[in-house]
Amino acid sequence: MPVTIATSIDEACASLAAHPDALVLAGGTDLMVEVNRGVRTIGHVVAVDRIPELRGWSLEGDRADVLRLGAGTTCTDLAEPALASLVPALAQAARTVGSPQIRNTATLGGNLATASPAGDTLPVLAALDAEIELQSAGGARRLPLDEFVTGVKANALIPGELITVIRVPVLEGPQEFLKVGTRNAMVIAVTSLALVVDRPGRNVRIALGSVAPVPLRAVEAEVLVAERLDFENMASPDSDLVDRFADLVADAARPIDDHRSSAAYRRHAVRVLARRAILRAFPGSAPVPA
Amino acid sequence: MTVVETGARTSVGPRIGENAPRPDGVPKVTGGFAFSSDLHHDRMLWGATLRSPHPAARIGGLDTSPALAIDGVHAVLTHEDVPGSPTFGLEHCDQPVLAGDVVRYEGEPVAVVAADHPDTARRALAAIVVDWQPTEPLVDPALAETADPIHPDGNVIRRIHLRHGDQSAADRDDLVSVEGTYEVGMQDQAFLGPESGMAVPDDDGGVDLYVATQWLHVDRDQVAACLDLPHEKVRLTLAGVGGAFGAREDLSLHVHLCLLALRTGRPVKMSYGREESFHGHVHRHPARMWYRHHATTDGDLVRVEAHLLLDGGAYASSSSAVIANATCFAAGPYMVPSVEIEGVVVRTDNPPCGAMRGFGAVQTCFAHEAQMDRLAAALNMDPVALRLRNALEPGDRLATGQVIAGTLPVAEVIRACAGHPSAALGSDEPMARPGGAGRTADAQHVVRGEAVAVGFKNLMFSEGFDDSSAARCVLHHGVATITCACAEVGQGFVTLARQIAGEVLGVDEVVLAPVETTSIGSAGSTSASRQTWMSGGAVQLACETVRRELLAAVSATHGVSIDDLVLVDGRIVSLAGDLDLSLEELTVERVEAEVVHRHAPTSPLDGDGQGDAHVSFAVSAHRAIVDVDPDLGLVKVVELTTAQDVGRVLHPLQALGQLEGGAAQGVGLAVMEEVQVTNGRIRNASFTDYLIPTALDMPPLEVAALIEQPEPGAPFGAKGIGEPPSISSTAAVAAAVRDATGLALPRVPIRPSDICLGDNALTAEVIA
Repeated sequence: MPVTIATSIDEACASLAAHPDALVLAGGTDLMVEVNRGVRTIGHVVAVDRIPELRGWSLEGDRADVLRLGAGTTCTDLAEPALASLVPALAQAARTVGSPQIRNTATLGGNLATASPAGDTLPVLAALDAEIELQSAGGARRLPLDEFVTGVKANALIPGELITVIRVPVLEGPQEFLKVGTRNAMVIAVTSLALVVDRPGRNVRIALGSVAPVPLRAVEAEVLVAERLDFENMASPDSDLVDRFADLVADAARPIDDHRSSAAYRRHAVRVLARRAILRAFPGSAPVPA
Repeated sequence: MTVVETGARTSVGPRIGENAPRPDGVPKVTGGFAFSSDLHHDRMLWGATLRSPHPAARIGGLDTSPALAIDGVHAVLTHEDVPGSPTFGLEHCDQPVLAGDVVRYEGEPVAVVAADHPDTARRALAAIVVDWQPTEPLVDPALAETADPIHPDGNVIRRIHLRHGDQSAADRDDLVSVEGTYEVGMQDQAFLGPESGMAVPDDDGGVDLYVATQWLHVDRDQVAACLDLPHEKVRLTLAGVGGAFGAREDLSLHVHLCLLALRTGRPVKMSYGREESFHGHVHRHPARMWYRHHATTDGDLVRVEAHLLLDGGAYASSSSAVIANATCFAAGPYMVPSVEIEGVVVRTDNPPCGAMRGFGAVQTCFAHEAQMDRLAAALNMDPVALRLRNALEPGDRLATGQVIAGTLPVAEVIRACAGHPSAALGSDEPMARPGGAGRTADAQHVVRGEAVAVGFKNLMFSEGFDDSSAARCVLHHGVATITCACAEVGQGFVTLARQIAGEVLGVDEVVLAPVETTSIGSAGSTSASRQTWMSGGAVQLACETVRRELLAAVSATHGVSIDDLVLVDGRIVSLAGDLDLSLEELTVERVEAEVVHRHAPTSPLDGDGQGDAHVSFAVSAHRAIVDVDPDLGLVKVVELTTAQDVGRVLHPLQALGQLEGGAAQGVGLAVMEEVQVTNGRIRNASFTDYLIPTALDMPPLEVAALIEQPEPGAPFGAKGIGEPPSISSTAAVAAAVRDATGLALPRVPIRPSDICLGDNALTAEVIA
């Protein structure tokens, strides 16, 4: 089994160009499970876990309001306080991934490459309108998240391409990520929900995981609350608005029955999570039913 | 017994009651321990198994030639290559080594291959051509009795109709009656080390099998029968065991490995993957149980009626004994004058079920404890008071008519557990709330519940089984060598045997000989909470025999009465102080003894399920405090407290380990662990989807009390302690969730949707 241990993006891309069917190995937390189960056979491997350029993060833009995350950023990195303060929902999503050992090696780029409907970071990236940068020997291109994730474990990567950078806006406003599983840790999401608030932009963006082949935005719910929420005081919405919001979020879900849950429970849970998320983000003094 | 004040002990050897270090402890946590999957031989081939993709099918034909044609494939074997008995089984010899013309469950082995590489073996499996003719699987156990038989032995594996006391005792109109139907899902033992082993052929037509198992000799007997070899030509050696919990009582890859090794003349290794392992061993029986309890308005139990239906899956395994336990202990550790239990275990095309920690008593404990809570509510009585009022005591009769001759501190464990102060705090930390790391609940979304449950079961095999364990003790140059075929599966016998030998002989150094079948007779199974009693007892007896022989020799040589001699710290000394001899010098010539230890005999159950069928009993209680998020149906077990009847603690740390581990498995069954089977197919054969508790799910276990009432007949008075922790824990957690939510929750594991959407709300229909 030939393995290229790349130490630069260029080297990785050159190797991928030479072996278009090669498997890219970063943290290996998804890949090696498939290999060990015998459902994926390995030909050429390009290991990208020793490429310094893929690690680390920086702020870009005139107002330093775009966060540039290397695709090799691990879940543990994402939960570090300095980074967590910039994208709290992404940090919280990363904290729910697997065990500490898994989080130490699992990467943001890997979560995108696997593109599982249950990928924990994907709803947050969807809510943030993340932009994914892909590089190959022939150059680079950028795709918005909703064009990158194309289906169940399917994405827009073409042979020879490597995920290098994920860009998300640094927003002013609270962020929430809630995940339901039938175990209190180390569990695949039965459903998850990310909610981010852009106070200056006076909008709320909400995305759902594990209730469709791809992460879903609850657009109608977003439109509803953008017009009605008090972004000045972050006052709690009245119960009627919370109910309508939660119903619209639940309506956006397209869940299925499987061995992890029934579709009915998933839709129910999405509604509960939506209520809780909006009330956490808008905790103001107005009376709120629990 | 002579008591001698010897002051502070000067020796360093292991003794009873101490936390002697486990010889395999450090290697296990540092990665140096050789598990069965680490077996290696330079010339070895890799074995692999072709399994049925269908829960039920006829096999129209099977062509192995494309597989044999692959370079590197050394053998492809089918049922036609089994020279001896085509079937095996623990109690009924009904399970094919390799399926012939029909398969009865998804994953049933059909062919085995040996190849030079695991990938080659996998390719060979894919190349075997099978003419599958799928048939409609029988998957509903309720239909099994009336359906066409799916096996020549029929669909009812065993039926027990237990009747005890006056059967018309409840024909009065002044009783309070409660009725309910309960279900328990299929739990997996979830050991960490999947099935693996290696067979090495000898030059003489025999074979050595290195395998992780719970009972070497009964494996050997079954393997030899299938190979049509005399016992002495099949030699088993215990390979490093990565957990068992009942899942290694049945044969898995044993015969396959030997067939391949004998055919190829090469050592053959096989290791199941995790998914294959879920298909490769038996699980805990799913159960559907109808109950009706009758009591006086004062809360005295008058009569318990129940119908128990266990799904045995495709083959019998130990189902006959499991249904006996479920039936015998169906009423719980309570004094019930009138009992009628019908227990049935049936055959279906579902995965085979058999032994798992708790062995039938887990299922019925969940049901009888739910009934006791329901009865307490109907009586407007405190549920703990109701249990105490009806608690069994020594001298009472069980539902089988057997009088409890030994110890059984039912009331003591209930009182200790229920009365233990709780340290449970509020849920200030978000991760500590239901939903855990998913941070789904805020404090105002959480309700708390609390409940106590109690359960009991038999120790050791029952119903007249001739149970024994053999052990040999050799004392040579002051070093004791113990030979016993007791399978160490994690329970700690390797420590206990050394402690017992050290205690009896007063020696520092105790060596355990390799565990295999040629050097000693059977030790029986490492199951049924029996090895401390049976093999510990055998070691004790062997060592005491050696001790007696030594003391007799010294007595004769030195003219000192044997009663005036003691064996302590590697020396034999006289009480008068005029004699002090070194054991090392006294045993320049080896002194040895070999014994077979038996417990008191038991009897079969008669036609009414009556008889002195059991040796001894142990009881435990758990109190669970849970937080529940009713809107999402998520549960956090906040605190778990236990009290257990242990006879005597031989090793405090290992005792705690048994109590913690068993309780964790009980928590798992209560809120998450289930092999999900739909139309005969397992849907979650992985640890991604078969969930077991993590550190965020299992709270620290509070031990309220270890009740030490020495059990007559047991070594040092010690009862087996492995199973009770898994019995009452599930019932307690489920009851606490009921207390928090006010829901009936008649099924475990409790699913989130059972709480927030009312799923699985079984009606109390009579299923008799």
